[in-house]
Amino acid sequence: MSATQGTGRADSTGHVGRTVVDIAAAVANGSLSAVAVLEENLAAIAARESEVHAFNLVTTDRARERAIQIDADVQAGKKVGRLAGVTIALKDNMCTRGVETTCSSKILAGWKPPYDATVVRRLADEGAVFVGKTNLDEFAMGSSTENSAFGPTRNPLDTSRVPGGSSGGSAAAVAAGFATASLGSDTGGSIRQPAALCGLVGVKPTYGVVSRQGLVAFGSSLDQIGPFTTTVADAALMMEVIAGHDPLDSTSLPQPAPMLTGELSKGVQGMRIGRITDMPEGSSPDVLAQLEAAFDALRAAGATVVDVQMPSMLYGLTAYYLVAPAEASSNLARFDGVRYGLRVDAKDLNSMYGATRAAGFGDEVKRRIMLGTYALSAGYYDAYYGKALKVRRLIADDFAKAYTKCDAILTPTSPTVAFKFGDKTSNPLAMYLCDVFTIPTNLAGHAAMSVPFGTGEAGLPVGVQILVPALGEAPMFRVAAELERAQ
Amino acid sequence: MPEPISRETVQKVARLARLDLNEAEVERMTQQLAGMLEHFRDVDALDLSNVEPLTQPIPLANVLRDDVVAPSLDRDEVLGSAPAAQDGRFRVPPIVGFEE
Repeated sequence: MSATQGTGRADSTGHVGRTVVDIAAAVANGSLSAVAVLEENLAAIAARESEVHAFNLVTTDRARERAIQIDADVQAGKKVGRLAGVTIALKDNMCTRGVETTCSSKILAGWKPPYDATVVRRLADEGAVFVGKTNLDEFAMGSSTENSAFGPTRNPLDTSRVPGGSSGGSAAAVAAGFATASLGSDTGGSIRQPAALCGLVGVKPTYGVVSRQGLVAFGSSLDQIGPFTTTVADAALMMEVIAGHDPLDSTSLPQPAPMLTGELSKGVQGMRIGRITDMPEGSSPDVLAQLEAAFDALRAAGATVVDVQMPSMLYGLTAYYLVAPAEASSNLARFDGVRYGLRVDAKDLNSMYGATRAAGFGDEVKRRIMLGTYALSAGYYDAYYGKALKVRRLIADDFAKAYTKCDAILTPTSPTVAFKFGDKTSNPLAMYLCDVFTIPTNLAGHAAMSVPFGTGEAGLPVGVQILVPALGEAPMFRVAAELERAQ
Repeated sequence: MPEPISRETVQKVARLARLDLNEAEVERMTQQLAGMLEHFRDVDALDLSNVEPLTQPIPLANVLRDDVVAPSLDRDEVLGSAPAAQDGRFRVPPIVGFEE
């Protein structure tokens, strides 16, 4: 296929998407204009955004200026970056200087950050064109993007269904052809689960591999930024650009970005792939059938499948839903009506805090702030938060034991394909169960990614999750590339 | 694990979190938090007596940088996005004198 034609998969409208790799190469050599790429995305947005609602803000004018500049640089023979002309959507919890950043919350509506997140700067330095800021569950708390203060995002593959969450807008934007790639953040599965539900590749890097500077914090010991793409090669290239040490994030690991594009052709010959024999129940048969097919594909490519145990996996939910709200209740204390966003005036400072936060936060955010504050309060700390941290250790220990026997573990990403709106909104615990397979990775600080593998109920995509130990990105991408080839 | 959460505890936690909740919210929150905390008792099945808590997934110690002057955020730009500012500072309502 020629570089200008693109090799991405067709979306539901039959439009063949271009890939990051193809666009960057073609724009840099002058055979494709950045403006043409952008205008394709803007046309798709004009056609379907009112139905999908992937964006909180489309930055049309800035994007056009930027694309024109990149084309001019190419014409002038200037060196352009590794992502020249690649259109990218950013989850609206990443700071963009002078461009509204809301976290899909009323409390931040209208706020324009005075700086760019490190990932935003790195993408811009490599020639990316930002299309807009995408919708999310308020402050990234949710698994369906139904918790946004600005209304839900719909799954472009079936608009009666959710796109997953919390990075639902970033997933929908790529699946609908509104952008070539996007960034999301993953605290308990918020990149991998929407990637699975929208038929995309989604990566949660090892904790500390991608800078969190400029990402509005939710659970600081769990959050990582990562890409959504239509191909594994695109995800590898995006990772190479956004990863690597950042002195502005004190939890950033002091090492360069992993080189991943070279891994893709290496295959899985001799690799040991773990199958969890005591996996939590509740996955639907269509999802489990694709997981089996994925094991078969890796076996056929020369890998060995070995049994491993994760007895603490189910308890990860409990640990997560105490640790994440505890960290969130602390992080969200900064939204107090003083420095940014909403203020509800009152007679004194304390009343202003209480009234502003009551008016600014939605139900799920209030619920988690309450849960977290309770779990951290005197008299309850040891019973809840303290225990949760010990369960977190058990999960890390289970993984350590499993990885003495295998190089990577395969699980479903989500127990089901994309579900219908309202299916899980009445019962918070049912919604939390969506994340049972993704949460342990965040608790342990490891890397994982979701790769589309076949379809399930109603012809909707199924995602297979590849789990690896900390800094296992290279073998993870080898497995991902093999699964993609087997499609 | 402790006893189920009460209305009074929910109201106290809301005060700690600087979150004004109305009556209906206190009611709903009491029920929902009780349901979740009940579910979280599943970890009581685990023996955690000799387990070290894990606070940081990948611990880094003493992350320091050289003490050199670097550009910082523009003050006017920062104050420009605040709800209220005056004389180069954030402006807030009275801090003392109105405590109940």
